[in-house]
Amino acid sequence: MKSRIIIILLIAVVAVLAASSCAKKLDLFPQNDLTPEKAYSTPAGYKSVLAKIYGTLSITGNAGPAGAPDIAGGLDEGSQVAFIRMLFNCEELPTDEAVVAWNDQTIHDFHDLKWTSADPFLKGIYARPIYNITLINEYLRESTDAKLSERGISGTDADDIKKSRAEARFLRAFNYWVMVDLFGKSTFIDETNLIGTDLPGEKSRTELFNYIEGELKAIDGDLAPVKTIEYGRVDQGAAWALLARLYLNAGVYTGTTRYTDAITYAKKVIAAGYSLQPNYAQLFMADNDKRKDEFMFAINCDGLHTQAYGNTTFFVHAACGDDHNDYGVGGGWNGYRATKGLADLFTDLTGGTDKRAMFTTSKYGTAPSQVAISDVSNFENGLHVNKWKNIRSDGGPISDVTANFSDVDFPVFRLSEMYLIYAEAVLRNGSGGDAATALTYVNLIRTRAWGNTSGNITSAALTLDFLLAERGRELYWEGHRRTDLIRYGLLTTGTYLWPWKGGVSSGTSVDSKYNIFPIPAANRTANPNLTQNAGY
Amino acid sequence: MKPKRLFVRIVIPLLLLLASPALFAQNKTISGKVTDSKDGSPLSGISVVPKGSTGGTVTAADGTFRLTVSGRVTTLIFSSIGFATKEVDINGDNLDVSLIATNSSLNEVVVVAYGSRKKGDLTGAVTSISTKEFQKGAIASGEQLLVGKVAGLQVTTGGGSAGGGSRIRIRGTASLNASNDPLIVIDGVPVESNGIAGSANLLNTINPDDYESVSVLKDASATALYGSRASNGVIIITTKKGSKGKTKFNFNTKFSVGTIAKKVDVLTADDIRAIVNADAAATGNTTYQKLLGGENTDWQDQIYQSALGFDNNISASGSIKNIPFRLSFGYLNQAGILKTNKFDRYSTALNLSPKFLDDHLSVNVNLKLSQTTNRFADEGAVGAAVTFDPTQPVHGAKYGGYYEWLQADGKAIDLATRNPLALLMLRNNNSKVQRIIGNVQLDYKLHFFPDLHVLVNAGIDNGSGSGDDNTDSTSATNYKTAGRFVHYEQKKKNTISSVSLFYTKEIPSIKSKLDVLALHEYQDFVTEVSNFPSYGQNGVLIPGSTPTFATDKPEYRLESYLGRLNYTFDNKYLLTASLRRDASSKFSPDTRVGYFPAGAFAWKLKETFFKFAPVITDLKLRVGWGVTGQQDFGNLYPYLPRYSQSNSTAQYQFGNTFYSFLRPSAYDAHIKWETTTTQNLGLDFAFLNNRISGSVDLYYKKTKDLLSVIPVAPGSNFDITLLTNVGNMENRGIEFTLNTTPIKRNDLTWDFGFNIAYNKSKITNLLKQPDPNFKGIDVNGVGGGLSNYIGKYIVGYAPNVYYVYKQVYDSKTGAPIDGLFDDLNRDGKIDDNDRYLYKKPAPDVTFGINTQVTYQKWSLGLTAHGSLGNYLYNQYNSNNGVLRAIKNPLNFIQNGSRSYLDTKFSGNSTNEYLSDYFIENASFFRFDNINVGYNAGKVFNNKASLRLLASVQNVFIITNYKGLDPETANDGGTQYTLYPRPRTFSLGVNLDF
Repeated sequence: MKSRIIIILLIAVVAVLAASSCAKKLDLFPQNDLTPEKAYSTPAGYKSVLAKIYGTLSITGNAGPAGAPDIAGGLDEGSQVAFIRMLFNCEELPTDEAVVAWNDQTIHDFHDLKWTSADPFLKGIYARPIYNITLINEYLRESTDAKLSERGISGTDADDIKKSRAEARFLRAFNYWVMVDLFGKSTFIDETNLIGTDLPGEKSRTELFNYIEGELKAIDGDLAPVKTIEYGRVDQGAAWALLARLYLNAGVYTGTTRYTDAITYAKKVIAAGYSLQPNYAQLFMADNDKRKDEFMFAINCDGLHTQAYGNTTFFVHAACGDDHNDYGVGGGWNGYRATKGLADLFTDLTGGTDKRAMFTTSKYGTAPSQVAISDVSNFENGLHVNKWKNIRSDGGPISDVTANFSDVDFPVFRLSEMYLIYAEAVLRNGSGGDAATALTYVNLIRTRAWGNTSGNITSAALTLDFLLAERGRELYWEGHRRTDLIRYGLLTTGTYLWPWKGGVSSGTSVDSKYNIFPIPAANRTANPNLTQNAGY
Repeated sequence: MKPKRLFVRIVIPLLLLLASPALFAQNKTISGKVTDSKDGSPLSGISVVPKGSTGGTVTAADGTFRLTVSGRVTTLIFSSIGFATKEVDINGDNLDVSLIATNSSLNEVVVVAYGSRKKGDLTGAVTSISTKEFQKGAIASGEQLLVGKVAGLQVTTGGGSAGGGSRIRIRGTASLNASNDPLIVIDGVPVESNGIAGSANLLNTINPDDYESVSVLKDASATALYGSRASNGVIIITTKKGSKGKTKFNFNTKFSVGTIAKKVDVLTADDIRAIVNADAAATGNTTYQKLLGGENTDWQDQIYQSALGFDNNISASGSIKNIPFRLSFGYLNQAGILKTNKFDRYSTALNLSPKFLDDHLSVNVNLKLSQTTNRFADEGAVGAAVTFDPTQPVHGAKYGGYYEWLQADGKAIDLATRNPLALLMLRNNNSKVQRIIGNVQLDYKLHFFPDLHVLVNAGIDNGSGSGDDNTDSTSATNYKTAGRFVHYEQKKKNTISSVSLFYTKEIPSIKSKLDVLALHEYQDFVTEVSNFPSYGQNGVLIPGSTPTFATDKPEYRLESYLGRLNYTFDNKYLLTASLRRDASSKFSPDTRVGYFPAGAFAWKLKETFFKFAPVITDLKLRVGWGVTGQQDFGNLYPYLPRYSQSNSTAQYQFGNTFYSFLRPSAYDAHIKWETTTTQNLGLDFAFLNNRISGSVDLYYKKTKDLLSVIPVAPGSNFDITLLTNVGNMENRGIEFTLNTTPIKRNDLTWDFGFNIAYNKSKITNLLKQPDPNFKGIDVNGVGGGLSNYIGKYIVGYAPNVYYVYKQVYDSKTGAPIDGLFDDLNRDGKIDDNDRYLYKKPAPDVTFGINTQVTYQKWSLGLTAHGSLGNYLYNQYNSNNGVLRAIKNPLNFIQNGSRSYLDTKFSGNSTNEYLSDYFIENASFFRFDNINVGYNAGKVFNNKASLRLLASVQNVFIITNYKGLDPETANDGGTQYTLYPRPRTFSLGVNLDF
């Protein structure tokens, strides 16, 4: 009887325990992920988010080289949502400077100038800057003075975070510049657009231009003075350089040219103490962080710590095959070469005179038969570009022992570009500059390129056509060519034909709608506020 | 007088009187009592019919009957479901009869959610399979016992790997991004279905020899009791229990040999030489010609082997000091047909079911322990064997003595196909998994109120896996880091605790029986992950491999309340109603609670209309309706804004320091339960004393608030896709099961069973705001360059419908023309707008056949299953049946599919990968098993009985599909390579003593 009572009591206790609600036990949090409150509880947390905001330009996710992508949606992490690779595919591949042997989905449409709004690459290219901006907006919301004091962050920590806010706004303007340049109009969000609420709206190309201009000017006082902040972070120089580039293309972007403003800001950069590095080739090598005196802004890559398939790792692999040792990597991807159009900008392809002609490797030469492309899919054809190299100029070892990932930083703005902007804006009748200074600047570039003054030009030779060609020689494969050809009215027209332009071996003109990319159809489905560009 | 008695005592005799031809013959009244021959207990509801006449009666609750019949009647027939029909001569006016219970299926107790019911009393769509119906042969994992056995249940092995897992689907798929796996409950413990590090398949940790029966719950009225996790059906596994009496032993052993049943049809070395030479002659480019070798290597022969398997089980069941028990041990050792692949398992199971306190307290203890060891073969070898150049030798001077493709500098080409044999031989990935599943159930019938009992159930499912993955330092895959070594470890700790109250009451005055259940249940699912860095075989840390976090502990919990009422009126009408309330930690406090009601009604037509028709053994109509929930998706915290830290190879440099990232993840603060509403209409029938029985079910399932990963506006969240509740889909279908015994004689029995199911799935909505231009969501990447997608989720079609270009064929030869597709929209160019929706991977019809003939001591069993209307994208042909694959652009030669000889496809157009040419009809009929048994009867001086069994599994397959095997466990419907399912021959001995 006793045991019976004990058992009844036992069951009663168990029953009560089991029947009592455990509602609170259902509030579970991940062990390793942080809630926003925890993430931003320390200055180190802010710095980690800031690193992400910069890092989105270099790598594609939270695991290098791939595996935890920022942007899903069925896009290929290595090739379709990587900022630098996408910039290359949009700015170089549709031009005389690049063709691709691969067959990946619609990649041939880029050189063929026949992309559609269904293009998966374009979907990724649209998504990347907007994603970056979404992160930046979140950072701006979380780093207000009120939030900092709420979290007890003060003193130099708070000062640095305030500076970083200006950098974040610069990066937001830079990402919007990419949208202006590629798509014209864009999804528009700023820190007032909260996550998961209303659908974002749209700004026209001119509205965005004005917004970028306003932001870059507004942050001028908050950004660190030129070369006073740690490497990797932007200062006033970057904002001026972006303004200079923006104004140079204002005619394309808004219909109103702003060459005088371009001169103003190019001059500000030039006067800020940057200098051309003596050796052109070293600007694109594994230890090019040592050349920072020429860079207003470079996107950092590291073979060990900053790995992706779509940063400069892409440059050093995609351009090589069996000659991969010339590029400092263990194997080639047999993909990208240049057309005869780029070759024709140089009088001497060997690099013997103009050292920027880096087209000869252990396997490929520059004979006309080599340069001619009979079959785009055959990597053996074409002008092989050996500009980007995962090799250190000091002969030291690179970071990645497997020689797979690149250490080469990607310079976004270099002093050379500012010289060329100055010169072109002067030639296009901007005021505030003069032709003599323009000639001096151009000859500075050429002196470095030739190693002496033998390549220098006279004022008579300094024409707009010369400047376009000089930009091609100086800035090829750095993500400028499409913008330049559009500014000169040459991308889609029949005035300038290069091999395989428009998908035809002799080159052909195409519809002028291809001066701008279409808004990806999938985005218009997801966001009915977005409108399509004309012709698509 | 109560209505029933009125009916029995007045109406029936009156009817009899009217019906009797001998209206004025002298009648006699016979009364008596019917009892169970086993224990003498009274039997109610037994029909008593005069032989050669009409009319009759049924026995009352105390087993008594009283029947007035014509004087000419000399014999009464006593019959009921579950008892052998008995004819008794009338001898006087009193007739006491005892009936012998038969193994009638209707009397079988079927395990259902939270309890069990007689099969005849089921209200939902439930199919129960017992030991003798299981698939025979060498089977390492329990779900494979069910292949082809249940209408609407598809069990598809993932391939032929030793101990490998299966995809299980019940009535199609109800979810797009959440899991479509059914819930599996073993002896009251819902078990972990997701994998664990080191295990290819968690179900293989349980010995199938311990299975007693499996119930498959298909409609919501049956599954809704499990509420959450039950949208895809429930499989309840009950293991063998002890029974009172003398201890009995069983020993069985099986020996099996697996052989490769079919190889992929690849080009021969001579074909490759001919193709490459011809190409060189045509193009003048001799690059590839120079790469040709002179060997004739069949790489598939190199990697496959005959696989031996041993399976030994011994069990004892009986009772010790009145405590029924069963204890079993098993040892399985199974090799895979892919070299190096091995699986072995030690298992033990213990069941104790004592009763205390005058049988008021029943205790049931189940404990299952197992340890499996796996040696995983690098299954990349399967693909490598069908792509590696057959003109090359197996062995070479470098890389561990295996031939590899080398680049100019003598190093292995980074992205080339690796030597298939080297992949196997230079890697050793072995693991050990331990698992314990156990529960204790205390069932206490209250002394002072015996109608009420309390059941307390506490269970655990703990798994622990760990392993070491070693790649040799000479391997071409990892030579740069001197090989690779990484250790891995994971633990799962799931617990369940529940308390339930059962109230059972029979109220004869209103002819009602009711039982009520109230339950509170709490489940906790914890995974403990340990992460380790990788090292070279020289002990040097591989840079970048240091994990961000040494450990992780994903966890989710569920709390549930359940109420259920079963009500039976007059043994004719059965009603079940239930309501479950589930709260899941995966949702926010505002959305985490879901309510899942269900109801079912069954009408025993037999009892109502055919009570006295001996031909009809059973006839029952069922109608059910219910709602189930779904929260089984990978993301455990989809509603929480959270920041995750990047790993050591995803950092950014400021100054001289590399900073890890903190990245916010996309989230939907309002995410909530996906729900499926199922309607089911069923008919159970049995004729001729169960010689013919079966059921028909019609169902309609509608899923709403689909947990879908859908595209969202860029800038609206921290990604361009988001897991959220959008969309609806529906499944409708019909299932038919028939079991017959065409011959039943003393020494010869022939059983024949057949089941067939038709299912149609359709997505009915995918968007939050409608958009006529929406082209669906791309799914199922198929290679051929980067991320080409062959399938769609699109409104109006089944999930994964193929989205393809229409191949144009040469009208003379009938061969497909390389790169030429129909310009469907006639706009003069071939682009994405010319693709069309064509066929789908899921079958329309699935069916299973099983038959068994027993003649004296011999038995012969055959089982087969198949499906119709399922299509498969032949990815091997699309990726490797093209010249571009043979002449790989990275400067090596690959083998290709023989389809190249027909198509001569160049592979230069990306669109080619998306041609409808590669969508093949994969309908099939697979002859799963043929087995012969010999029952030797008593041996060893009558101390034991012996049975022998021989079987062949995977006997043959009939299909038009040109690839390796049309049966795929991939919902997306693409097949590149598959670890081939072996053909297995086995011999078994079974000894009971």
